[in-house]
Amino acid sequence: MTSTEVPLSLSRGLPMAGLDGEFWSTQGSNVSLAAIAIVAFLVVVAAVMFGADLVRGVIRDKVQLMVLIAPVLLLLGIGLIWPALSTVWLSFNQVVQEPDPATGIYTSVTQFVGLENYRFAFTDSTTLRSVINTMVWMVLVPGLSTSIGLAYAVFIDRAKGEKVLKSLVFMPMAISFVGASVIWGSIMYDYNQVGSQTGMLNALITKMGFPAFNFLNEAPWNTLFLILILVWIQTGFAMVIISAAIKGVPVEMNEAASLDGANAWQRFWSITVPSIRATLVVVLTTITIASLKVYDIVRTVTQGRNQTDIVANKMYVLSFVEGRESLGAALAVILFVFVIPIVIYNVRSLNKVKETR
Amino acid sequence: MSVTMPPAGPEATPDAAPTRKKNRAGQAKENLTSPWATAAAIIIAMLWTIPTVALFMTALIPGDRYRTDAWWTVMADGDLTFSNFNHVLFEAFGDNSTAPPLLGNVMNSIVVTVPSVVFPLVLGLMAAYAFAWIPFKGSNFLFVMIFALQVVPLQLALIPLLKLLGPENLGVAGQFPGVWIAHTIFAMPLAVFLLHNFVSQIPSDILEAARVDGASHTQTFFKIIIPLSLPAVASLAIFQFLWVWNDLLVSAVFGGNKTYPLTYPISNLAGDYGQYAYLVPPAAFISMIIPLIVFFSLQRYFVRGLLAGSTKG
Repeated sequence: MTSTEVPLSLSRGLPMAGLDGEFWSTQGSNVSLAAIAIVAFLVVVAAVMFGADLVRGVIRDKVQLMVLIAPVLLLLGIGLIWPALSTVWLSFNQVVQEPDPATGIYTSVTQFVGLENYRFAFTDSTTLRSVINTMVWMVLVPGLSTSIGLAYAVFIDRAKGEKVLKSLVFMPMAISFVGASVIWGSIMYDYNQVGSQTGMLNALITKMGFPAFNFLNEAPWNTLFLILILVWIQTGFAMVIISAAIKGVPVEMNEAASLDGANAWQRFWSITVPSIRATLVVVLTTITIASLKVYDIVRTVTQGRNQTDIVANKMYVLSFVEGRESLGAALAVILFVFVIPIVIYNVRSLNKVKETR
Repeated sequence: MSVTMPPAGPEATPDAAPTRKKNRAGQAKENLTSPWATAAAIIIAMLWTIPTVALFMTALIPGDRYRTDAWWTVMADGDLTFSNFNHVLFEAFGDNSTAPPLLGNVMNSIVVTVPSVVFPLVLGLMAAYAFAWIPFKGSNFLFVMIFALQVVPLQLALIPLLKLLGPENLGVAGQFPGVWIAHTIFAMPLAVFLLHNFVSQIPSDILEAARVDGASHTQTFFKIIIPLSLPAVASLAIFQFLWVWNDLLVSAVFGGNKTYPLTYPISNLAGDYGQYAYLVPPAAFISMIIPLIVFFSLQRYFVRGLLAGSTKG
């Protein structure tokens, strides 16, 4: 019933289009729609702002302030905060089909069921697996990306060609999660049951005389290999931020330490790491949040098969493929609960920064 | 850096201040530069580069050899071909009967992305100015709220927002305006926060002088805030461009058959290992070309944006 092997490809694609006249007229109207939307948007914004400038008297400042902040507040209130609250409410309900007592026609009725959806999430084995996997992602992705990024930033600091070396590791940041999933899932991790290995890693392994490994099949290792895809993307982010922080550590501190006889390893742990501690925390929290939300990798590579599912993917499948929205809502809330400590921590440090300003 | 780093100042790029760097390089003793560190750095650099190169090479394997031969074998035979790109872009992506040429999705990606970059930038800059320079009751509370929303998983908003944009209400889900609105909403917290960091760094003398001259908020916004915050706007534009172009979730939920960007058909076809699997690598490579060009030509602004956005702590 909760099979995760959803035939996503069924929903793919248009009816066959071809590059005929109809294709080009569709493209033309899409492009002009975008152009008109942008122009209209800019004209409306400018008109409203200059309109507010025509107001005279004491209320002018107030009107203009409203014009400046109202769009953002409305968008966030209606588009993010209200939906979030309504998702929380939905997660305590279930939608069932019941006959209307008067007419006998079956209609959708929302029923309050308390924690039933959460009970399901933590007892249904595939859903529970996705919760556990998400926790593993949350720990391993930030940990690995930050350590590799830190190591690399230190290794190449002031090296010849530092800029190029940075770009190489930073580049996956420009690649979509889907693209990276294709790179790793279809090319690096590929496994052939028969014949020679065409996947890069298996070709290497078999060349060295070891048996080929089915990277995406063998739980729990397959989750680790999926995690490495996100690590591959996020390491560049960690590296660039950490590298900027390392450049801010006074050279004199390192010089003094080496005069005192500290070796590179000691200097790294007693000077570099403490000096950039705040940055490391920022990088870790940012990547933790990212690793919770990413569903593209699991969806593209395994679709959650072989016990690799994560909450973000399961939530999508439940809500938008299987139509079990209240369960999906419960999973979204579970994701949110995971980030609450980070929200609190971030708000506290923002307030600290504001106080010191 | 830590908390004291100026958020989006021009010196915030890691490659900035070349003179200082040279001096430091001259004075400083070798850092961790041992043969082991060099070897590790080379291995990391290779692991982070080779997969992308391998994608390109794999994209050149003809369909009949994809299942049986690796790219290096095909290359040794001189059989690599560019015809796959032609095939996916202009003929069909995957099964002829169901999947149209990818060119339509390339166009969709562009149509989805450009407005989704412009809208949040404009609205975000307006709010950033208000939060940075116009004192009003509740300003601090609202700003902290917006800041906190940055980390709220967008999954939390998907179901109700889809209903709001759906046929029973606004009726724009499944069409471009629906995707634009969703992207604009989800970009708002980061846009306001990042631009606020930058706008609040503008010297207060400039704004006070304008105020003394009798400039209204509107005039200040157009004459001072917009021109002076262009660098931050550029950073954020790149950031938002890459985010929207590479997005799958928002497009999958709020889009429809007529709007799906490149990521959508690729993600679908990558999942089924049928006879058209050989079209996935060329399609994926096509989806990366524009972001990679943007990335390599504007890397400096992108890094600046990252640094500004990450000085939360």
